[in-house]
Amino acid sequence: MTAGISHIAALLRKDILLEIRQQYTFYGILLYVASTIFVLYLAMGQPLPEVWNGLFWMIQLFICVNAVAKSFLQENSGRTLYYYSIAGARDYIVAKIIFNGLLMIVMSVTSLALFRILMGDVVRHPWKFTGIVCLGGVSLSLVFTFLSAIAARAKQNAAMIAILGFPLIIPQILILMRISNAAFSDVIQGGMLLMSLVLAGLDILVIVLAVILFPFLWKD
Amino acid sequence: MRWWKILTVVLLLYTYIGGLMITVPDVGNLEHTIRNAFFHIPMWTSQFITLVISLVYSIKYLRKPNAINDIYAVEFAKTGTVFGILGLATGMEWANFTWGASWSNDPKQLGVAVALLIYFAYFILRNSMTDLDKRARISAVYNIFAFFIYIPMILILPRMVESLHPGGKGVEGNPGFNGDDLNTAMKYVIRPAYIGWAMLAIWITTLRLRLHVFTEKTQSAV
Repeated sequence: MTAGISHIAALLRKDILLEIRQQYTFYGILLYVASTIFVLYLAMGQPLPEVWNGLFWMIQLFICVNAVAKSFLQENSGRTLYYYSIAGARDYIVAKIIFNGLLMIVMSVTSLALFRILMGDVVRHPWKFTGIVCLGGVSLSLVFTFLSAIAARAKQNAAMIAILGFPLIIPQILILMRISNAAFSDVIQGGMLLMSLVLAGLDILVIVLAVILFPFLWKD
Repeated sequence: MRWWKILTVVLLLYTYIGGLMITVPDVGNLEHTIRNAFFHIPMWTSQFITLVISLVYSIKYLRKPNAINDIYAVEFAKTGTVFGILGLATGMEWANFTWGASWSNDPKQLGVAVALLIYFAYFILRNSMTDLDKRARISAVYNIFAFFIYIPMILILPRMVESLHPGGKGVEGNPGFNGDDLNTAMKYVIRPAYIGWAMLAIWITTLRLRLHVFTEKTQSAV
């Protein structure tokens, strides 16, 4: 168990170091976030809260596909073989999940800030909504991390991730829209806690499935 | 010809004759469209059964990588998709007359749309790979992953969107079909109908399986 944790920590450290050294990918996604929202602002101006909400989560979806896609696609087969010999498949996927979760939190908070600056500040409960956005970013990243693993093994690109993932992400997106609509109204609606718990339950399900199924993808 | 194939024919004849002949209860604006129940609802049970069988063979493949398990998984998924399309078609035609529109954002319509998208993605993923062993393994993984996300989805969706389905109480729950609307005669028809259509789905799949295995053999012989 402790060996597993140290392996995960080492793999996570590797990913973070890689990100710090090859900064172009990180800034690349950041610029993608900024330019998408800027184009959206030019096209839409400042929309109504419901539209704002819908656009926000759709943009999150596309940011997630782009941010997470590279996590497996960037690894060439030689290096994958090397990781295979030094760490277990489960440690590897858990490290990727944690890394992508952290990456998505950074991207989500950035896009929330940009949305509030450019698209109009319609959020009534900023702190609560930031929490929802972080939870949502992590939820999206979980599903797409596993799908990017599948797409990488099939030697496919980000378009394949979108095809595989968009039908599967619907429950998360619907719940997120419902929870975040509550953050736009004056009155806090009931059932928000329950919805968040359902979302957390779905996240746990995805993690469990990923941990069980990843070893089958891994071996060649 | 095995006994269950004869039973399938008998049950489906019974479904068609009984389904069109019996007196049906008068429920709201349904009139005689209620007879659609004998054909529309069994599509869903058949679809679900074939997709579950496909899932089982995908799990079997991962446990024991044997090419036949992969062929079973994909052929059952294909039949399931066809039955899904048929269920959607019969439902939309019926909705045209009763709800006034063929598509009305109903949770069950959304659910089947998602299921079709998932399995189309599964077939595209399969076709994107040429290495047989790799194709079988990766698509089995996706099949299992997608199925276990799809199940909570069809439990969550009806609680998020208002439903027009008979017995659907929108946010209050997900009753698939309101059993109270069925009279005894209808029950006598619909129960064999479930079994008959499901057996037809399995029959079609076994034929396709034989064809699939046969083509593989002839191709490898050449």
